[in-house]
Amino acid sequence: MTLVKTKIGRRAFIRNTGLASGGLVIGFSWLASCKMTPEQVNSLPDEWFELNGFLKVGDNGMVTIMSPNPEIGQNVKTSMPMIVAEELDTAWKNVIVEQAPLNTDIFTRQLAGGSQSIRQGWESLRMAGATARHMLKEAAAQAWGVSADEITTKDGVLTHEASGNSAGYGEMASAATSIEVPEEVQLKDNGDFSIIGTDKKNVDGQKIVTGKPLFGLDVYKEGMLTAMIVHPPAFGMKFKSMNAESVKSMSGIKDVFHFEAYPEDTKKTWSDGGAIPELVAIVGDSTWECMQAKKALDVEWEEVSKLESTSYHDQALASLLEKPQEEPARKDGDVDAAFAKAAKIVESTYSAPYLAHNTMEPMNFFAHVTPEKAELLGPIQTPEFLEQTLVSRLGMPAEKIDIMMTRMGGGFGRRLYGTFAVEAAAISQKMNAPVKLVYSREDDMTQGTYRPSYKVKYKAGLDENGNLIAWHVRGAGTNDDLIFENRFPAGAVDNYLAEKHSLETNVTTGAWRAPRSNFIAGAEQAFMDEVAEAAGRDPLEFRLELFDRAINNPVGDPEQNDYDPERYAGVLKLVKEKANWGSESGKARGVAAYYCHNSYVAQVLELEDGGDMPRVDKITCAVDCGIVINPLAAKNQIEGGMIDGIGHSTYSALTFEDGRPQQSNFDRYRLMRHSEAPKNIEVHFVDNGIDPTGLGEPSLPPAIGALSNALYQATGRRFYNQPFINDKPPLVG
Amino acid sequence: MATFTLNINGTKQEVDVDPSTPVLWVLRDHLNLVGTKYGCGIAQCGSCTIHLNGTATRACMLTVSSVGNSEITTIEGLSENGDHPVQKAWLEVDVPQCGYCQAGQIMTASALLEKNPNPTDEEIEMAMNGNICRCGTYTRIKKAVKLAAKS
Repeated sequence: MTLVKTKIGRRAFIRNTGLASGGLVIGFSWLASCKMTPEQVNSLPDEWFELNGFLKVGDNGMVTIMSPNPEIGQNVKTSMPMIVAEELDTAWKNVIVEQAPLNTDIFTRQLAGGSQSIRQGWESLRMAGATARHMLKEAAAQAWGVSADEITTKDGVLTHEASGNSAGYGEMASAATSIEVPEEVQLKDNGDFSIIGTDKKNVDGQKIVTGKPLFGLDVYKEGMLTAMIVHPPAFGMKFKSMNAESVKSMSGIKDVFHFEAYPEDTKKTWSDGGAIPELVAIVGDSTWECMQAKKALDVEWEEVSKLESTSYHDQALASLLEKPQEEPARKDGDVDAAFAKAAKIVESTYSAPYLAHNTMEPMNFFAHVTPEKAELLGPIQTPEFLEQTLVSRLGMPAEKIDIMMTRMGGGFGRRLYGTFAVEAAAISQKMNAPVKLVYSREDDMTQGTYRPSYKVKYKAGLDENGNLIAWHVRGAGTNDDLIFENRFPAGAVDNYLAEKHSLETNVTTGAWRAPRSNFIAGAEQAFMDEVAEAAGRDPLEFRLELFDRAINNPVGDPEQNDYDPERYAGVLKLVKEKANWGSESGKARGVAAYYCHNSYVAQVLELEDGGDMPRVDKITCAVDCGIVINPLAAKNQIEGGMIDGIGHSTYSALTFEDGRPQQSNFDRYRLMRHSEAPKNIEVHFVDNGIDPTGLGEPSLPPAIGALSNALYQATGRRFYNQPFINDKPPLVG
Repeated sequence: MATFTLNINGTKQEVDVDPSTPVLWVLRDHLNLVGTKYGCGIAQCGSCTIHLNGTATRACMLTVSSVGNSEITTIEGLSENGDHPVQKAWLEVDVPQCGYCQAGQIMTASALLEKNPNPTDEEIEMAMNGNICRCGTYTRIKKAVKLAAKS
């Protein structure tokens, strides 16, 4: 057992500061009505006893565990409560999971982003369970007149072997509420885990497959109006005037007005990135009526800044690649001298377009703002930041603002930016009515907050023995400087230079699943393949040799490097073994490895024979994310990440003409479909007992590199420009 | 506005809406059947898939005035207790990630199996190609369809 101080989130363990005080659960009866399956309702206890902000135990031993973080499909709503249940030592079948509302008194970091929910929640979730178990044991000890140290727990049952006493948690729950919250608690040893490390299915599975209301768009409340927005058709334009009168008289339309979602004095946070300050709102009785009014509305826009096209972004980024950075991001040795004496030089440039997030559930939010309070309910990855902005925007203290998260129909970073929720609140305030704001797919795809477009140029030098002696990377992105200068191969090459530039544009950008890594990993790993080929080495062995260098004789201060070369090499070795790398598979294969968001992933990807864009037959994937909480869900997440990377790099692009996005729906914006998906996926985990790290993002970035490298083997040509489906070789002759 | 009597999940339902209203929004906004999802509005993503006389149909471009007496089945009416073989297979394989597109995927898959109880991989892919999953659950969906076909 490990003894730890209950320091993290200690406020969460003080009783009666919990949910009851905020009145949130009562206020949001919509969620309460659909939160349990019939089986769970039948097994409900007569009384619940709250042992801390994370959990309450029923008199029949059922346990309700609050899942603190927003659920965007990464499955934290199952895996975070698993950690609490593990340390509580109850059986998983006794657990009911509820989505917690925003409550900064109890929970820390209620945010879905950076693949950090599990990593940063690990300690507090364990403590929540362990603290409650301690209190139940103490209650039993008092009841039986024995020492708590002699009491054991298993699957929600307390046992004192010597006296023959035994009781379910439910029997001691009431008494446990008067036990003092411990200063220290004992955590289980990894070897004693009985829930962590086992496959647990999605707690919302039954509701998902039966179409129960779960998502923001499914919110319908008494007296609720529907709202839609009209935003400028091009970046660089703003509202000038409109003729709303004829539209106001359309069937079911309550109001049409121009409004400032973000008046100048609004105190913004980073989560308001991409906000469009002025919009038009259409408010009506139903979605279809609002959509009809939107079509009929004639708005005049005026140009306020440059109307940029994709050709401009491409040229401007290309010219930045010719420009040295005044103070390079990182410089080891002397690349110029090394290139001068190199036996071979390899040079390549890679690019990728803007991408939209395209969550399947378009942006939406419910808001009911009255002079007394504001109730918000919907899909948001950053409820705490939303609250901060609403305090300023609505002129209301945080205590009067209740924010509840629904399950989200995808996030991918888009719902880190809660501009739509602020818009919903502003519209509700103006209408003095409950309002659900709904973006059409077109609104969603053309409003911005995109994955930036990128270009990167690599140059590598090899000596006469094929050893890598110099590496130069210079990258540029729109509103983003792209390069992680301390990632691999920094630390493994004597002469290393990393330079980066950002091109300021008025096309708004934001975090898109595995920000920057989602492009730079593919480029770096494709280039590494070219370098290995020029060196006459096996691409996997070539990488391992570089990691050996970083392990045994690192260049510069190893602390400066973002990665642990042993864990990095570990996933490569595991994938080498599992994919039988080195044996003839008869198929075109590519390998890649990448580290981001604290986890390590390596992949070997095999293609089917034939065609310009052969389909992925199989991916073998090795992952080091430390302890795997829920292997089933972890594999699902890794599969989805790889398909996301392969799909977008092969098919997707958002382009601009005079500031106007040229794709506004799935007829012109291509996403991977069933018949294009990888046929087989195998996932293997490194078993090392290290504290867990995240999985929402790390499998995506290397998949693009593995794909590029396999495509080269299949077609004999390198793919430099995403989407690969359009990256045709130049016509000859 | 006009009154329409619809046959939904075996029950007659009366709605008073504009004749151009798509069945998707009739279900969601007027009948509180929110399992049928809005994804694109132009029949490109499949999130709104329902059965119209047993055939998988996109509800977002199906106007209420064109339905007549046809039988509409939504995800809520696919089975009484959520135990249709396809729903069971979906749970067994733990298909969903975010879950938003899955009702549409299930409706397409169940219509396919009704007509073709033993589809090949290629037939599954062709039938399912109109349903986008942004989370990338495609490999598990195929596995679940095959599992459902066996039962």
